[in-house]
Amino acid sequence: MSNIVTALFLGAGYNAALVGIGASLLGFAAGAAGTFLFLRKRALVSDAVAHATLPGVGLAFMLMVFLGGDGRNLVGLLAGSMLTAWIGLLLVEWMARRTRLAEDAAIGAVLSVFFGAGIVLLTIIQNMSQGRQAGLESFLLGSTAGMLFQDAVVIAIGGTLAVLATYVLRRPMTMVAFDAEYAAASGMNVRRIDLTMMGLVMAVTVIGLKLVGLILIVAMLIIPAVTARFWTERSDRVIWSAGIIGAVSGYVGAAISASVPAMPTGPIIVLVCAGLFLFSLFFAPSRGVAAAIIRHYRFQKRVHWRQGLLSVSRGEPIHDPMTLRVLRKEGLLRADGVATEAGRARAAKIARDERRWDIAREVHQDAGLTGRYDGLTPIEDVFTQDEIDEFDRIIGGPVSVQGQGAA
Amino acid sequence: MITPKATPSGNVELAFDQKRPAETAQKIERSPLAVRGLTVSYGQKPAVFSVDATFEPEAMTAIIGPNGAGKSTLLKASLGVIPRLSGDVTVFGQPIELAREKIAYVPQRASVDWDFPTTVIDVVLMGLYRSVGLLGRIKGVHRARALDCLERVGMADFSSRQIGQLSGGQQQRVFLARALAQEAELYLLDEPFAGVDAATERAIINVLKGLKERRKAVVAVHHDLATVQAYFDHVFLINVRKIAEGPVADAFTADSLHATYGGRLATAHIDQLNIADSGV
Amino acid sequence: MMGSEFVMFSLTPLLIGIFASIACALPGNFLVLRRQALIGDAISHVVLPGIVVAFLFTGVVSAVPMLLGAAGAAVVAVVLIEAVKRLGRIEPGAAMGVVFTSLFAGGVLLLEQTDTSTVHLDVEHALMGNLESLIWFKAKGWHSLLDPAALASIPDELWRMAAVCVLMILLTAVFWRPLKISTFDEGFAQALGLPINAISFGLVIAAAIAAVAAFDAVGSIIVIAMFICPPAAARLMTNRLEVQVLWSVAFATLSAILGYVFAGYGPLWFGSANAVSAAGMIAAVSGVILGLACLFGPHRSRIGAGRDAAA
Repeated sequence: MSNIVTALFLGAGYNAALVGIGASLLGFAAGAAGTFLFLRKRALVSDAVAHATLPGVGLAFMLMVFLGGDGRNLVGLLAGSMLTAWIGLLLVEWMARRTRLAEDAAIGAVLSVFFGAGIVLLTIIQNMSQGRQAGLESFLLGSTAGMLFQDAVVIAIGGTLAVLATYVLRRPMTMVAFDAEYAAASGMNVRRIDLTMMGLVMAVTVIGLKLVGLILIVAMLIIPAVTARFWTERSDRVIWSAGIIGAVSGYVGAAISASVPAMPTGPIIVLVCAGLFLFSLFFAPSRGVAAAIIRHYRFQKRVHWRQGLLSVSRGEPIHDPMTLRVLRKEGLLRADGVATEAGRARAAKIARDERRWDIAREVHQDAGLTGRYDGLTPIEDVFTQDEIDEFDRIIGGPVSVQGQGAA
Repeated sequence: MITPKATPSGNVELAFDQKRPAETAQKIERSPLAVRGLTVSYGQKPAVFSVDATFEPEAMTAIIGPNGAGKSTLLKASLGVIPRLSGDVTVFGQPIELAREKIAYVPQRASVDWDFPTTVIDVVLMGLYRSVGLLGRIKGVHRARALDCLERVGMADFSSRQIGQLSGGQQQRVFLARALAQEAELYLLDEPFAGVDAATERAIINVLKGLKERRKAVVAVHHDLATVQAYFDHVFLINVRKIAEGPVADAFTADSLHATYGGRLATAHIDQLNIADSGV
Repeated sequence: MMGSEFVMFSLTPLLIGIFASIACALPGNFLVLRRQALIGDAISHVVLPGIVVAFLFTGVVSAVPMLLGAAGAAVVAVVLIEAVKRLGRIEPGAAMGVVFTSLFAGGVLLLEQTDTSTVHLDVEHALMGNLESLIWFKAKGWHSLLDPAALASIPDELWRMAAVCVLMILLTAVFWRPLKISTFDEGFAQALGLPINAISFGLVIAAAIAAVAAFDAVGSIIVIAMFICPPAAARLMTNRLEVQVLWSVAFATLSAILGYVFAGYGPLWFGSANAVSAAGMIAAVSGVILGLACLFGPHRSRIGAGRDAAA
């Protein structure tokens, strides 16, 4: 445990500190960039982009070896991966636009085919004399073990640039993600902004390859955005919250990985992030599951309560078991289904309000009240007390009960 | 009539009109579709609140109301296509689960993917699912029945066409033909005239009137107030809650329309309708 | 090539590849039409945590518990995706992304924490499979097909994959109508009284069974590729579902054969002695077929889109 604390305060060595900073920058950039994809409902495009990097890694390695260099140069490998990721992205776009296939099929096709081609290239490389220790498999799952200092620097610089780019481009991307048609109508080039958005996602993917690997970088792009969405309804806040969630996951994950044995960086970062997601899913204040269940139960109870009393006021029998349960529990109905004194009183109040609504809708015909007359909105929410008094005056006040002769 | 009265204790006494239940029970027994206390909500706002509806047998009923008033929701929730918060639904007095073969449903045209790889006749044959079953073979009689249904909507020549190649009106006719193939007692249609051409509208209404002559019941979500009197016998006015129901002559009045549409419908518009009414 | 060597080294891997491809392509047709193509992607990722957990429970690497573990993980993933989608009101793609990446990360972590150095269990195996190693050792030629002793040594994977392939064909045939109706028009299917939730869950479970059986022999990549590429290419060849399914089977078979041949014999043509990954090559071939269908398929464009282009 103390190891983790040490690592959290950058005490686990220079490289580990650099990886930690790199991971949090990457996490921030991934969270923020992923938010645009998520809001645009295209989260899984990132999956295609990530898998499409693999053949590029293989090709770059082969090319560098062919040219007589060291095949493992990270910058070269990342450049190669960026190239095929871009091709994959364009293919997804092309298939979804030009053929009758839907985008999800295009994504799946590109990711599996590019990944398959990448695996073929990896097996070729394994058979090359220089390929035996290429270690390109580490791009599948990421690996910070034995990471070179210069690799850590590349990640840190790349992460910084991605964060800056997100900041500069946040306004147009938010507009397109929020309402592409409106953005187009106000003169924005939606397609170009979309591609920019994808470019950013691709950059994050490529930077993250070494750290978390191509399978799990998808998680860094999707989970922070989804998690942030639980806490706020405002898109600018979603972006920055997602960034922070991503950064925290990256930093904490890297710290744990640096201090505990057999803890691969990528999976740990993703699991920290998944933990934050689970917590938000259940306990976020308004969109969380707990809040929603409570709200739904209360709402359903209100509906049944109100509906039951309406039936009582009309003298109709109640059949719905939940209605019966709700009213009995509140002592408004006897076990045999007959209204108690209290139930009849409540029903009378409701009957009165119904009558008031009838009058209100006659008096205020043009006021657009239609949406508010939904059976649940209390009349006091819509009209002032003196208006309600006026309705009562028209009804004639609390008067006669039929058949009992009282005036 | 309910007349509340304050008692000395501050409570209110009620007197009830007792003659209703028996009569309603009998009506429900005969009704092709009766719902009691139906409430549906999307989130925290009721889309349909505590609606009772007893649709008439051997008649054509229009469900009308403004946009977002719960017309389609009423239909779909009755069928169980969307979940109900409360309420029960009967078909000729039976729970709907036991009487599904008596209902033919025509969803909104826009609710399906018309790019689906299938042909016109295949869609109509889907209507025969209950009689063909899981593994039964589609025989000549089934094809003949499907073709006959296409003939009735004027689409027999298009039977082998891919559905994506149809116009909006033709798509609607294919959906109607699929419902006809079900040979049901009750036909529920969701906006059958939405976005169709005049020829299709005539074709559809003729088929529906033909159904009524065969003593079937037709219930359609409808949005064109101008054609209500010409097309339908009964109306059901809804705006989240039931506003009115009954024969067109009794329930389709300026008052009930005002109550349904509120400020959204210009008085002049309603006057126009009523002039048409008195002219008939 | 067609002699005893072929029977010994290539016949079983080739057949397994074909059966696996067909078994995945059949449910894939409906997944693609339902816009659920990426369910296959999700399932094939969660296979890894499934087999790791199965290994932790049993302590041995043997087929049956691992298949059960993988199938269990697939069901868990599907249920979780549905739960996240409904409970969190999150769009399906994102819900899928959250669930399968988290489970995959969990699987990798468990694997790293477990001492599996003594057994053959690793991520790459799960991704790439080991199609090439499924050799029929006792085969001496085509006549071995009639020799019970030799037949007994055929790799179990072949029988398993063949059984799953037959199962998929039967399921597709038996549930053809409900699948077709509910895929085309869910509301109508519900009004007919068809149990649409059970149908769509059943479809995903069938896909999971195909995926789990296939991954063991051929790895996850083929699984994802075969769920999507042959059905997608087939969709561009015809406007009838019946014909589409036949095309998808043909494309799946063709991908498996060509992919296997290219992987095994292709490098020889280039003067290299070492074969490349058959699973990767099969996926790549299916991609080429899809690419050709996108360019030349008779029904490649949306009808509406075509009209727009003409206007």
